[in-house]
Amino acid sequence: MEPFTTHTGVAVPLTRSAVDTDQIIPAVYLKRVTKTGFDDALFAHLRQQPDFVLNDPAFAGGSILFAGPDFGTGSSREHAVWALRDYGFKAVFSPRFGDIFRGNSGKQGLLTGVITEEQVETCWAAIEAQPGITATVDLTTTTLTISGTSIPFEIDAYTRWRLLEGLDDIGLTLRDEPRITAFEAGREAWRPTTLPVGDR
Amino acid sequence: MTETAPAPQNQQPAPDARRPKTLAEKVWDAHLVQQGEDGAPDLLYIDLHLVHEVTSPQAYDGLRAEGRPVRRPDLTIATEDHNTPTVDIDKPIADLTSRTQIETLRRNAKEFGIRLHSLGDVEQGIVHIVGPQLGLTQPGITVVCGDSHTSTHGAFGAIAFGIGTSEVEHVLATQTLPLQPFKTMAITVEGTLKPGVTAKDVILAVIAKIGTNGGQGYVLEYRGSAIRALSMEGRMTICNMSIEAGARAGMVAPDETTFAYLQGRPHAPKGEDWDAAVAYWRTLPTDDDAVFDAEVFLGADELEPFVTWGTNPGQGTTLSGIVPDPATMTDPQQRESAERALQYMDLTPGTPLKEIKVDAVFMGSCTNSRVEDLRQFAAIVKGRTKAEGVRVMVVPGSARVRLEAEAEGLDKIFTDFGAEWRFAGCSMCLGMNPDQLAPGERCASTSNRNFEGRQGKGGRTHLVSPVVAAATAIRGTLSSPSDIEAEVLV
Repeated sequence: MEPFTTHTGVAVPLTRSAVDTDQIIPAVYLKRVTKTGFDDALFAHLRQQPDFVLNDPAFAGGSILFAGPDFGTGSSREHAVWALRDYGFKAVFSPRFGDIFRGNSGKQGLLTGVITEEQVETCWAAIEAQPGITATVDLTTTTLTISGTSIPFEIDAYTRWRLLEGLDDIGLTLRDEPRITAFEAGREAWRPTTLPVGDR
Repeated sequence: MTETAPAPQNQQPAPDARRPKTLAEKVWDAHLVQQGEDGAPDLLYIDLHLVHEVTSPQAYDGLRAEGRPVRRPDLTIATEDHNTPTVDIDKPIADLTSRTQIETLRRNAKEFGIRLHSLGDVEQGIVHIVGPQLGLTQPGITVVCGDSHTSTHGAFGAIAFGIGTSEVEHVLATQTLPLQPFKTMAITVEGTLKPGVTAKDVILAVIAKIGTNGGQGYVLEYRGSAIRALSMEGRMTICNMSIEAGARAGMVAPDETTFAYLQGRPHAPKGEDWDAAVAYWRTLPTDDDAVFDAEVFLGADELEPFVTWGTNPGQGTTLSGIVPDPATMTDPQQRESAERALQYMDLTPGTPLKEIKVDAVFMGSCTNSRVEDLRQFAAIVKGRTKAEGVRVMVVPGSARVRLEAEAEGLDKIFTDFGAEWRFAGCSMCLGMNPDQLAPGERCASTSNRNFEGRQGKGGRTHLVSPVVAAATAIRGTLSSPSDIEAEVLV
């Protein structure tokens, strides 16, 4: 994973709340077996509406998304994160995220920052005044800057640290592999296994 | 740049055997490989990893790229469910991308030594139906799957939750997950459900009460006399939809109902192991003096059959009610969301819900496709004919459920009624296979999500219980079982 420190890019307003992962990427696009190439699937149904924000040339190349509350709720599909990432988004800001989506984002280097509803509306207003305006995200200071206004955002310290360092979770866990082996040695024998029943 | 690990954030006290604990805390603490320090997450051991074709291919690719094996194939099991067709299952899958995904799972299972139940196998079916049916889902264990409805398994007193594909890879490689502890919320439902009111109505009422984000960050423990009185099937229906309230997991403490369901199942402990397991399971219920981070109360006696009118599972009300008027909603976000939902659903405020006509009825999904659900549906439609012009699909949750239903003659009741009796899978719950609504079609569905486009692009979903689905299939409009003169099993 690439380390994330700062990023400047075109700010995109998604002026709706409760954008679930089914909206971010409809189920028909989950059939691929690759981890990349999902950019066309991002908001696939919504993009068929001509007035949808991603169809506005002013936001071409957008990389920072400002969404209403409850972004990424529902299905666990990590494809939602891949689609945002493949489209070019580096950061999403919302007053509230779905838990699984937020966890998935952190593992794929997509920054999810929590700001208040008022702050989202401030950003929407700034973008509306100057469509195509850029914003800057600084993870070292957990600050977002748009149109001269600095806004602090929230992200949990552990995810922030991993993003800054670009650390891979599995590698981190395997550093403690002996602990896992020790834990396994203490597991009760009657705990279920998936081995065919005759083979136990 | 280099930073040191973050400063203490939400440090947990060391696990203390004497401190009163909730069910969730007991199970969590029993699986701590390592306690997180300085804001780092805990490392939790995973007892059971369920795998399906949609969220796993990229995880296996990751393992391959790093040369990592699956650490515990013996704690991992795979099934094909999301993409599988529910007709002509003996023919090659017509949709090429669906077929590729299924074939990829088969190749990966073989390469990494994972037990797989493929289409046509008697144990194939929706992953959340298969685990409990085999007796793999047991009290006090940790269960994960790359699917948000993994919360279903919490009905046994397990900590069970959905994960993303990166986490699937993490569990395959390490049999653990780094996780911040969940907060605990008690949802207490006291009293007796009226005839025709089911577990589905309870959970829809819970979600309408606490909202689709009310459970965020929490594991929900469902308690109280109404929950205790439910079958395991009903408890699974409730825990299944915990994610729809924003929660990662839902749980019910194990009791005699749980033990009776498990005993004799293929993977349940046997002999002395059974006695040891039951003795342990009896220690799991929440201690009397344990404290939850939040509590919610619901009276079972007042509950009515429930139905959703909007495009998230929290937008629901009693079936005897009317389509609400967004103008009366004080919260601007709620109002905006309701306005958008009514536009999508093509509904007018004030319309009695029972006047809404449907084009389709879907009886299935990991929420309501166990044999008990099929029996409830069958009891109402038996000897009747479906409403003209309404398409009725009955999709069992697993191949074994299908066999059980056929052994009881339920299939004959469904086909005589005019319903399509299909093979097992996720089917029209999410429309990854050909089972989809056409744009503008309206469906009464026993599934779990009424999101825009969930059952097919432009499709409109009303979430209901199996008995409401049955009554609706008879009348062609959203209907309660009390609108029909029929024996109601619940």
